[in-house]
Amino acid sequence: MTSTPEWCRPRAVPEPVREVRLRVNGESRTVVCRGDTPLLYLLRNDLGLRGSRFGCGLAQCGACMVLLDGRAVPSCDLPAWAAEDHEVETVEGLAPDPVMSALQQAFLRRQAAQCGFCTSGILVSACAHLRAGAATDPVSTAEALERNLCRCGSHGRVLAAVADAAEALQAARRAECGADGPPVTAPRADGPRGAR
Amino acid sequence: MSGEPPGAAAPALPGGLPAQYSSFGGSLRSNPLLSRWLRFVPGGRVRVLVGKVELGQGIRTALGQIAAEELDVDWSSIEVLPAGTDSSPDEAFTAGSRSVMDSGGALRAVCAQARALLLSVASDRSGIPAAELGVRDGAVRDRAGTEHGSYWTLLGPGRLEVPVTGEAPAKDPADHTVVGRSLPRTDLPAKLTGAPAFVSDLALPGQLFGRVVRPPSPGACLLAVDDSAARALPAVVGVVRRGSFLGVVADREEEAVRAAELLRASATWREEDGLPEAATWLRDLPGRPAERIPVVRHGEPVAPERVAAVVRERYGRPHLAHASIGPGCALARWDDGGVEGGVEGGDDGGVEGGVEVWTHSQGVYPLREALSASLDLPADRIVVHHADGPGCYGHNSADDVAYDAVVLARAVPGRPVQVQWSRDDEFAWEPYAPAMVTEITVGVDAAGDPLSWEQHCWSTGHDSRPGFAGQPGLLGGWHAADVPAVVASDPPLAVGGGTARNAVPPYAVDHVDVQAHRVTDMPLRTSALRGLGATVNVLAIESMVDELAARADVDPLEYRLRHLRDERGRAVLETVAERAGWVTRSTPDAVGWGLGYSRYKDVCAYCAVVARVEAVSDVRVSDLWIAVDAGQVINPDGLVNQVEGGAIQATSWALLEEVTSDRRTVTSRDWETYPVLRFGRTPRVHVTLLPRPGEPPLGAGEVAGGPVTAALANAVADAVGVRVRELPLTPERIAAVISA
Repeated sequence: MTSTPEWCRPRAVPEPVREVRLRVNGESRTVVCRGDTPLLYLLRNDLGLRGSRFGCGLAQCGACMVLLDGRAVPSCDLPAWAAEDHEVETVEGLAPDPVMSALQQAFLRRQAAQCGFCTSGILVSACAHLRAGAATDPVSTAEALERNLCRCGSHGRVLAAVADAAEALQAARRAECGADGPPVTAPRADGPRGAR
Repeated sequence: MSGEPPGAAAPALPGGLPAQYSSFGGSLRSNPLLSRWLRFVPGGRVRVLVGKVELGQGIRTALGQIAAEELDVDWSSIEVLPAGTDSSPDEAFTAGSRSVMDSGGALRAVCAQARALLLSVASDRSGIPAAELGVRDGAVRDRAGTEHGSYWTLLGPGRLEVPVTGEAPAKDPADHTVVGRSLPRTDLPAKLTGAPAFVSDLALPGQLFGRVVRPPSPGACLLAVDDSAARALPAVVGVVRRGSFLGVVADREEEAVRAAELLRASATWREEDGLPEAATWLRDLPGRPAERIPVVRHGEPVAPERVAAVVRERYGRPHLAHASIGPGCALARWDDGGVEGGVEGGDDGGVEGGVEVWTHSQGVYPLREALSASLDLPADRIVVHHADGPGCYGHNSADDVAYDAVVLARAVPGRPVQVQWSRDDEFAWEPYAPAMVTEITVGVDAAGDPLSWEQHCWSTGHDSRPGFAGQPGLLGGWHAADVPAVVASDPPLAVGGGTARNAVPPYAVDHVDVQAHRVTDMPLRTSALRGLGATVNVLAIESMVDELAARADVDPLEYRLRHLRDERGRAVLETVAERAGWVTRSTPDAVGWGLGYSRYKDVCAYCAVVARVEAVSDVRVSDLWIAVDAGQVINPDGLVNQVEGGAIQATSWALLEEVTSDRRTVTSRDWETYPVLRFGRTPRVHVTLLPRPGEPPLGAGEVAGGPVTAALANAVADAVGVRVRELPLTPERIAAVISA
């Protein structure tokens, strides 16, 4: 009856311990562990990146979201081998990114959190959403955050903060490109930009 | 509540403290010295020590504002330390919406006295009368602006070893410059940048990882376990078994998880079918053995000839989970340094030494007492530190996992052990909010107005926190002893009751008889969830009021105002109705509007709610308008945030949530089987605070739950034309009522 993650169920031959090579926040990192170790544990315990939180271990709540080649994915049940040869970005590594920075400022201004445990995962999902240049109306943003749970009920503030960040980024782009610059909601020709 | 009118003032403290300083928990009585609360440290910093803990409600910020205000120090110099049994005053639990009233009231008295003390010392030294001196940014100045010392130069530690008298006048609220401002929370920046902020983020040198293998069902007993496969994992440091408590420690987290699953696979349990079916449990609750708690009885029985009709209905809700977004986590370290005889003994180790624990418990002191009793270790050998955790909304797994960490760490003295519950552990083993049924019988006159009101509420107890009923109340302790969880009790009526919370209708009725029945069969362990019994009692009272209004063919707002005497209650109702456009509301097909009102615990904040829902294939809540009167408000945005959060959480409870089980065990064990409200269903929440700066602050953290739940039930009834009296308001339940 228990709801146990697949990777830790007893099996005949566990994956051997080996050197797992990752690219995390633009740096090459090596961890000695079994290849099927969930990425979240490596990030938190071996690399000291504790901003991605453990919420369920079942890829159901989004507290552990990271970017894998720019896509937001839960890291709690992602085997380390699946992250090898990909770029992993965490909430810590995204700090210099203008999109993440705009989001964090907006969250702070709106006080868009209560306990804050789900927040870094939400920020990572929202960052991927805004970077992709997707629509930022409340319905689209809510869809982008559908895999993130919040239990304190900060939903309204979070949606408002994401909208604020999108607006601030759009204003910054307008200032950069002149009044006729492309809207931030259009797909961006230069692809994702961030802490690479 | 019994025998005294709602709203009665808390008893005055010895020493004649004015009412605004007194508190239910007696924060000052237990911690009478200024030095227990306040320290002026070099660098112009003020350390504020409180026993209340941050749970995501922003309490450290709000209490810091109160201190800065009364001390007249710059806001940025205030540092509110996390609670710990080695440093802070004992303020028991952070619960019951009492922190601003208890801790805030105590701090106001403490800081006002410190400021008066500072002025008196400066006056003695300078020869200038205290009345001619003032404090700005922590420094004493005369009228010419010349400085005459500061907190840091004049009030060294020895000066603060004096009892709080409560005689120093607190500031006139009209002069407040820090209290009443929406200052940003001091703890949020770290939480927004991914900096280590939570108990699970603590990383001590040499830290190990522990996991506990919980039984497969509540009554299960561990018969045998073959731990050879688990022990064969190179990372495994130890396996601990005591009775049905089974755990493992490893030097890597994933290996601890793997080892726990190996242990689970090789364990043999004796199990039995001890759980009732969920549906019949709720239906049969009123017939179960119970402790009867008379709550209030007033007025003469109404003459039968006056009664034109009798209306009787039952309202209920199944067990709910706190469903914290992060499962319980704790860190513990046993000290083996220099204690003679500190050697391993028995198969699970064990040392004669002290233990240090980091926990997201709601009460560091009660947890210390509970650990002391469970471990047969003097309390002075245990230090409990609070560290922030995911929001708990009441008594969840936080204390239980602290016990687990202490027991596992005992097997590896000197090494810190972090124990993390799994999502499955959390959903299967947290103490749930009890299923509850409230039945109301109203006698109405020919005009449809209530003459008599009889209310009975049934649920298992709402309190099994550490220390309840003289019990440690720690899950692992029961498993280790192979005994069932002790039946939950209820907080006394004087602090709001449990099953009886908000069970007295706020409306004027000639004859009122209210009784609570704490059910003493407890198939599932239960304890406090935000609001306790208030959620179902307010749901029941406010639903019944709507049903009575409909029978009388009177608008629900008008009907309430006709029978509500409390002026502040009327004001929140009138305000929310105006903001929501209640009178001119339009009700196209499938749209419904509902009202809900209560004053939390009859002594805390007032709250009125208007809900607008759309019920098509399921219930969508488009808007919640909420008016709150919490007296003086310390941090308006912080209060609005709490109310919004409580409203959205209550929406989730009302529409979606239910702990499910089969005859043997709990079956809602992850976020798919226990769904909560997601971003796509976020209602717009419009909060209005009624400004009352001259009134004492009233607790507000739990204020929204009951009235929002009630407003939603009323709005759904308005939308679909039939009343669903049992939560959650799922399409299936609504369809069943329509077809019945």
